[in-house]
Amino acid sequence: MTEAGRAWPEAPLIFERSQPGRRAGRVPDYGLPPPELPSDLRRKRPPRLPEVSEPELVRHITALADRTFGVDTGFYPLGSCTMKHNPRVNERVARLPGFRDLHPLQEDEGAQGALELMWQLQEILSEIAGLPAVTLQPAAGSQGELTGLMLMRAYFADRDEARDTIITPDTAHGTNPASVTMAGYELEKVETDARGNLDLGNLRAKVNERTAGLMLTNPSTLGLFDEGIEEVAAIFHDAGALLYYDGANLNAVVGISRPGDMGFDIVHYNLHKTFSQPHGGGGPGGGPVAVRASIEPFLPAPRVVRDGDTYRLDFDVPKSIGRVRGFAGPFGVFVRSYAFMRAYGPALREMSEAAVLNANYVLAGLRDVYELPYDRHCMHEFVLSARSLKREHGVTALDVAKRLMDYGIHPPTVYFPLVVPEALMIEPTETEPKERLDAFVEAMRRIAEEAATSPEVLHEAPHGRPVRRLDEVRAAKQPVVRHDFGEQEIATAH
Amino acid sequence: MPAEESYPADLKYHPEHDWARVEGDEAVLGITWFAQDALGELVHFEAPEAGSNLAKDEAYGEVESVKAVSDVVSPLSGEVLEVNQKAVDEPETVNEDPYGDGWLVRIRMSDPSEVDGLMNVEAYRAHVAEQ
Repeated sequence: MTEAGRAWPEAPLIFERSQPGRRAGRVPDYGLPPPELPSDLRRKRPPRLPEVSEPELVRHITALADRTFGVDTGFYPLGSCTMKHNPRVNERVARLPGFRDLHPLQEDEGAQGALELMWQLQEILSEIAGLPAVTLQPAAGSQGELTGLMLMRAYFADRDEARDTIITPDTAHGTNPASVTMAGYELEKVETDARGNLDLGNLRAKVNERTAGLMLTNPSTLGLFDEGIEEVAAIFHDAGALLYYDGANLNAVVGISRPGDMGFDIVHYNLHKTFSQPHGGGGPGGGPVAVRASIEPFLPAPRVVRDGDTYRLDFDVPKSIGRVRGFAGPFGVFVRSYAFMRAYGPALREMSEAAVLNANYVLAGLRDVYELPYDRHCMHEFVLSARSLKREHGVTALDVAKRLMDYGIHPPTVYFPLVVPEALMIEPTETEPKERLDAFVEAMRRIAEEAATSPEVLHEAPHGRPVRRLDEVRAAKQPVVRHDFGEQEIATAH
Repeated sequence: MPAEESYPADLKYHPEHDWARVEGDEAVLGITWFAQDALGELVHFEAPEAGSNLAKDEAYGEVESVKAVSDVVSPLSGEVLEVNQKAVDEPETVNEDPYGDGWLVRIRMSDPSEVDGLMNVEAYRAHVAEQ
């Protein structure tokens, strides 16, 4: 590890590389007449496009890629995001022409393979959740949440029950309260007890005939399995309310325990986390939802169903909440996750076992140098606190995170969950070998030493990356989201 | 410049790191040094409307930093008489002067006896030490 790191060349914007008349490719002139377009549909002036030669374009993209840090670059313990390795065979399968070239409006007869894959994926997901019915439509965890809450609303409306409140724990992902509000429900928060479980006394006081349900991540964002889950389920079910399982942390329990068996009525999965998709850039995602039989009539249409040996899209779902995603959902995601699951086969639980083992191994290597606010074995991730470093040396969780970049490691999630001050949320995933875990533990221990001996090095980190500490406040207050062309008009050679 | 850590003795404190300065049947409310330090520099204060009613222990607004969005909890019940426009326009004022220019709202208390239930500075300092 070096202080200064390598020299990073300038990486100007593609517009700043532009020179009038340069082209990255040439198309032969066939002398065809220009297509006829009504004059009112013609643009008044040519678009502002950067004009660069092909080698300069390739260098531009390569320079950007070079500055990027991904799971293919190094260890990426970004808690709650499950940044596991994406098997390359999944990409190969997703690019099979029969999948890749399928038109989204292809009639069922011509899409039997794709429909069978979707149906089989539903069956596997159903078994994992312990719930009988699945929709694949939602394209992200957040959309799965909203879909789940809309299903709750439809379920209670069908029963003529007026319920207006959803309860979430104080450790919930920010998407939970956002989804609650989007779905038109009131939000009530419940506290976490000293062991990191839901506070049952606090919960009992808040559940009543107005309660529609609970949204819970289990294991929680503290990386802890809620030991009182059966009692929690009983409290809600006794009040006629439903339980929603946020599958953000499903990677801890696949094949080991099933949300349906814990008492959850609605479950969303994050295919992009648990079942591998390249998702660091914001997508593509997949957020299927599984439900109990009593909620199945409300699932989004069309449903993927099997009649004997054939598969079809079923639009005849009279109580359906309707479509939540165009066409059949994010199909490429389905192919990759299906390939991922089938590669494990019946041994899929080994994925979760290794994820939990890796997290506990890293935790054991760090618990004497960083505070562990809830002293238990963790599941697939754990949350440390840099509170004592801050108190004793003025070094914050942000300083630790930025310093890790100098060691060639992606920072963990910081300052979340909010119940832990100076939180560092670490999720190694099952795909990391022991040497990577050891190197991370070593880096975190050295950073704790540096906090005592040279805190200024941490305050100023990172030292070896293309950019130093970013001015996040200014970025939030004065965002520049549009290139200022100024006088530098893009000349056009038409 | 962020303020130095301090907790004035003339204020009343709420465990959610909010303060109240009682003036007759009115009170000025804000967040404590500890709260602004935990959040970091504020980028937004979502203020209540003047004339709206606040309930003790309930959220009446939000403060946002690059780390988190956090509810602002009212230590007292009452009607909002005035919102500090400077805290809305330049939320970093709350970091610079949490007990002075960085106050958030002025209210007319609906139940002045609630003041007796708040912490004095010694109790609040002990509460902060446990965080």
